[in-house]
This record gives sequence, C-alpha cells and structure tokens, in this order.
Amino acid sequence: MTDTTLTPVDETGRHSMPLQGAQLPRYAPGLAAGIAVGIAVLAVLLGGVGAVAAVMIGWVLLAVGLPAWSRAVEGPRKAADRVAGVLVWSAFALAMIPLVSLVWTVVSKGLPILSAQFFQNSMRGILGEGGGIYHAVMGTLIITALATLISVPIGVLSAIYLVEYGKGSKLARVITFLVDVMTGIPSIVAGLFAYALFVIFFGPGVRMGFGGSVALSVLMIPIVVRATEEMLKLVPDELREASYALGVPKWRTIVKVVLPTAVAGIVTGVTLAVARVAGETAPLLIIAGLTTGANFNPFSERMATLPVFIFYAITEPGIYDEEMAAYAWGAALTLVTLVMVLNVAARVIGSVFAPKTGR
Amino acid sequence: MAMTTEPRSDRDVTAIDQSTGRVGDVVFAGLARSSGLLIMLALAGVAVFLVVQGSGALGNTGDAVYGKDSIWGYVWPLLFGTLLASVIAMIIAAPLAIGVALIISHYAPRPVAKTLGWLIDLLAAIPSVVYGLWGINFLALNLVPAYDWLQRNAGWIPFFEGPVPNSGRTMLTAGIVLAVMALPIITAICREVFAQTPKMHQEAALALGATRWEMIRMTVFPYARSGMISAVLLGLGRALGETMAVALVLAPSLLVSFNLITAEQSSSTIAANIALNFGNASGAKIDTLIFTGLVLFIITFAVNFLGRAIAVRGVAKG
Repeated sequence: MTDTTLTPVDETGRHSMPLQGAQLPRYAPGLAAGIAVGIAVLAVLLGGVGAVAAVMIGWVLLAVGLPAWSRAVEGPRKAADRVAGVLVWSAFALAMIPLVSLVWTVVSKGLPILSAQFFQNSMRGILGEGGGIYHAVMGTLIITALATLISVPIGVLSAIYLVEYGKGSKLARVITFLVDVMTGIPSIVAGLFAYALFVIFFGPGVRMGFGGSVALSVLMIPIVVRATEEMLKLVPDELREASYALGVPKWRTIVKVVLPTAVAGIVTGVTLAVARVAGETAPLLIIAGLTTGANFNPFSERMATLPVFIFYAITEPGIYDEEMAAYAWGAALTLVTLVMVLNVAARVIGSVFAPKTGR
Repeated sequence: MAMTTEPRSDRDVTAIDQSTGRVGDVVFAGLARSSGLLIMLALAGVAVFLVVQGSGALGNTGDAVYGKDSIWGYVWPLLFGTLLASVIAMIIAAPLAIGVALIISHYAPRPVAKTLGWLIDLLAAIPSVVYGLWGINFLALNLVPAYDWLQRNAGWIPFFEGPVPNSGRTMLTAGIVLAVMALPIITAICREVFAQTPKMHQEAALALGATRWEMIRMTVFPYARSGMISAVLLGLGRALGETMAVALVLAPSLLVSFNLITAEQSSSTIAANIALNFGNASGAKIDTLIFTGLVLFIITFAVNFLGRAIAVRGVAKG
C-alpha cells in the first residue's frame, strides 16, 4: 500500500467512494437500551429514587442518548429515524401497560373467590358470605342467546340482500349507511330504546330479560351484517356462475353454494359479535335490572346478568362491601374468561374452517 | 367448499330441477329485503322512540330535572362533562394508537406483528364494566401520587388545581380509562389503512435513500391521512357513548368545571348519569333521562357520520 490518500483503493488501483455511509452497529439500540436500564437500576440502588422516576430516567436516557450517538456517527436524518423508532416503541409499551395490569388485577383478585359453590349459589337470601353468581351467569347466557337468535337471521339475511340482491341499488346504499350508523349507537341509548319500546306494551317501570335481548340485538345486528357482508363478498363469482350454469335457481345457489363457502367467516363474525354484547352492561342495567335469585323466564320480571351484578356489587354494596367486592371480582374474572374463550374460539373457527382457496 | 366441487349425480340434478321455481326465489329475496328494511325500521325506531319519550321532558322544571331551572340547565353540565372526558381520551389515545398501529404495520417483524395485533384486539374485547372495575380499584388509586405531583408543580394551571381526592376518582382518570377503551378501535382502523399504503410508493421512497421514518412520513401518512382522522372520530364516538367505565370511576355531580384532578367539582357524563339514576327514576324524571339520551344519540350520530364521510371521501380520492 503505497497510496497515501485517505480514500480506499480497490484492486484495480482506482480510487472509489464507499457505497455506504457510516452506520451504527446492528446491536446499537439493544446496547443503548441496556445502558439506560443499567443506569436506571443503579439510580434505584444507589440514588434511592422511586421506580417510576427510574423508568423515566432510563427512558429519557434512551430517547436522548441513542439519537445523539446516531447523530454523531450517522448524521441528522438517521438520528431523526432513531427518535421516531424510540417514540413508536414507547407508545406501544405504554399501550401494553393497561392490558397487562388489567389482566393481572382481574386474575389475582378474582381467582381466590372462585369455587364450585360460587357458581352454584345465587344471591337469594345471602348477606355477606356464601353467595354466588349462578343467577347472573344464567341470565347472561339466556339474554345473550336470545339476542343471538334475533340478530343472526336478520343480520345474515340483510347481508345477503346487500351482496346478492340489492348490489348498487339505492335501498342497499341506505341500508349500508344505516348499518354504519348503528355500529356507533351508544349502548345506553340502545337500552333506552328497548325501554321506550316495551313501555308502550307493558306500561311504565317495565323490566324483563327479553327487553335486554332486544337492546343487545340493536348493538349486535350491525356487527353481524358487516362480518357476513365481508365474507359473502369474498366468495368468487365463478362459483355462483357455475351454479347458475347448471340451472340452479338463485336462492338455492345462495343457500347451497355461497353460504357454505362463507360459513366459517360468518361463524367467526357471529362469535365475535356474541363476545362483544355478552359484556354489555348499560342496556341491561336499564331494561333487565337485577335480582338476587335465578329467573329463567326472560318474558317476565327482572333478570340478573354478570355485568349488571358487577356494577351493583361495586356501586351499592350495602354493609357487606368487602364480600360484595370479592363477588364483583369473581364475576369479572368469569365474564372476561367467557369473552376471551369466545374470542379464541372465533379465531380458531376462522382459521381452521376457512375455505382453502388454493391461493 | 366441498359442496361446490363435488360432482353431482344425475339424480341430484333432476332433484334440483324439480324444485326450481320462481316461488322460492321470490320468497327468499323477499325475506332478505324485508330484514334489510327491518334494520331501517329499527334505527328509525330508536330515533322516533327517543324523540317521543324525550320531548315530553322539554317543559320539565324543578324536581323533574333534579332541581335545575330547565332541562337545558340539566343537560348542559352533563354534555360538557361528556365532551371533556372524550376529548381528554382522544388527546391521550390518538398518538398512542397511531404508534401502536405503526408497530404492527411497519416496525415489528411479521410473525410478531400478528400476535401483537391479536393482543390489541383482546383489549377491545374486554367488557366495559371490567374496565370500570379496574379503573376504580387499580388505576385511580395508583394515579393519586401522579396527581399530587401535578398539583404541586402545575397547580397554577386551572386544570390541575386539585384538591386531589384519596380515591383518585377524577375527570382525568375517567379520560384515561376512556383512552384505554378507545385505543384498540383507533389502532385497528389505522393499522388497516397503514397496511394498504401502496408497496410501490414505500419501496420507491426507500430506494431513494429515505430512512424508515422518512418513508413513513412521506408515503404512509399522506396516504392514510383521511383514514387516521376518521379512526379518531370513530374512537371519539365510542368514548362519547361509553357508560359503565365512567359511571364507576366518576363521582356524579352536575357542575361545569375544567378542574381535572378533583372529585368534588368534576362533571359527570350523559351516559354515566343515565346509568346511575335510571334505576331510581320514575315519571317525569325518566323522560328527562331519555331526553339526555337523545342528546347523546344526536352527538354520537353526528361524530360517526362525519367519521364515515371522511373515510368514504378518502377512499374515493385515494
């Protein structure tokens, strides 16, 4: 190497520019994060700062240190990129805190109360210990099942109309728009609607489980329509045309060809909709009310449900507030588990039974 | 699927042939159309019933409107509280949701991103009453030190005047709970819009030497702008109508106050107020509460309408 210039020389002896600018090593973000965590831990151990303050110190160090290092080595544009990266990941970490802490709180506070007795007993004649949520579980199951029975036929048929019959027509456009609006109806308004409707037939002060089902249907139908519509749109037109070519009438094509093809997606959508309304509180608070005992007749009298039970156990616990709080957490854990199981079931159905399109 | 690919036997074909008829078609089409009409009827029903039952409350005074001079004197503080809590929620949730959506669509590696998206969806599935339970028993208590700090260091701003309650049940707590609840909705929509950014635009930006952030700023954000706005509006619609979490977290009162970290002087929201008072209400009070529900319905309708309109216009343009 006799060449004394700073630019590197390749084998042919010509001077060449490097193709890449200076870069931080791949492990730089990890290293910076490690150093920031280390200093934060040191601050806790030696400086005696609180945990929250230590996290703040570590975060500021990372958010300033990594870009500064990057700016020195890679230049300002790469440094801005690093800042954005740190901010975006921080936003994500911050958003995860509620999920983790919520699941942790519900499980840790709800688990101790769970027992066979807790699911077998109702609150009838119970003051303080020995109560259970049998009545509320039954109420939730009955009301949600009735809501599903109302929503699924209406929702699926409406989606069929939108995709198969009314495509592009004025009525279809209006319905699509209204479905969109319905997804935004506040749940308490749905409850007020059911109340106002039932008052006409049964007089003021009406409470019945079926009213809760109607209110939940108002919330559920748009979700079912949306999900079914999306799925029906995915069914390839070739399938329909093949069926028509065989002389099959349109309605049989829909029932025998289109629906079976889309059924997995529809079931997924319905399950998600059920999970969504099973946890609704506000409409049931208004129209279904609360009882202490099990009521299996949705067409007469008040009916307890899990969410309403939780609400009243917290807001109006009476003198046994510790016991009621424990029941509330147990009921919350049951409700969350129910909803999660439905969600997981929906995903499994969606992925296992999805039609294999071969693409 | 199997249904369609199986070759049918001759007997099947004749069976279908025999059942072919206009009647079935007419009946089925009629069923489908009438359930569509039923949806229209249901929504019209919601509006009509609320108007009919609520309009009776327009002339209410005194006891029927819980001691206020007129129905408007009753609705206004609640409306104010509703808007305040929702706006706080959006200020917190919107940037976070966009960050989370970017992680899922652009930052995290593929398989990880799918799991993360699923986690965020779980956040959306948790019932609102459980959020309220968590808000009052965990979040509120843990926020008290932060509120104390705010009051000491930023007490001169009217928002943080205090005094801080030991329970931590304040307007800001309610806003944070609402933010957590609205976050998954905003994230889900943003994530979809981000993922739809044309690959070519992104690759072109990268090929010109843009860093990842520059690529996102120059291709993803401009493409997704209307989608992001409509996502925030739809999240706002959710926050406005959210009942149980606020009903549990906020101590009810009928005041107009910007003081965010105190219990005595915080406004309640329309939805929470209905939930807390409906059980004990009767007669004219029920009309009053239904009227507040009508106000809420109109506002959420307007916000959702705007959100959908922006989303649709954005699609047409893009």
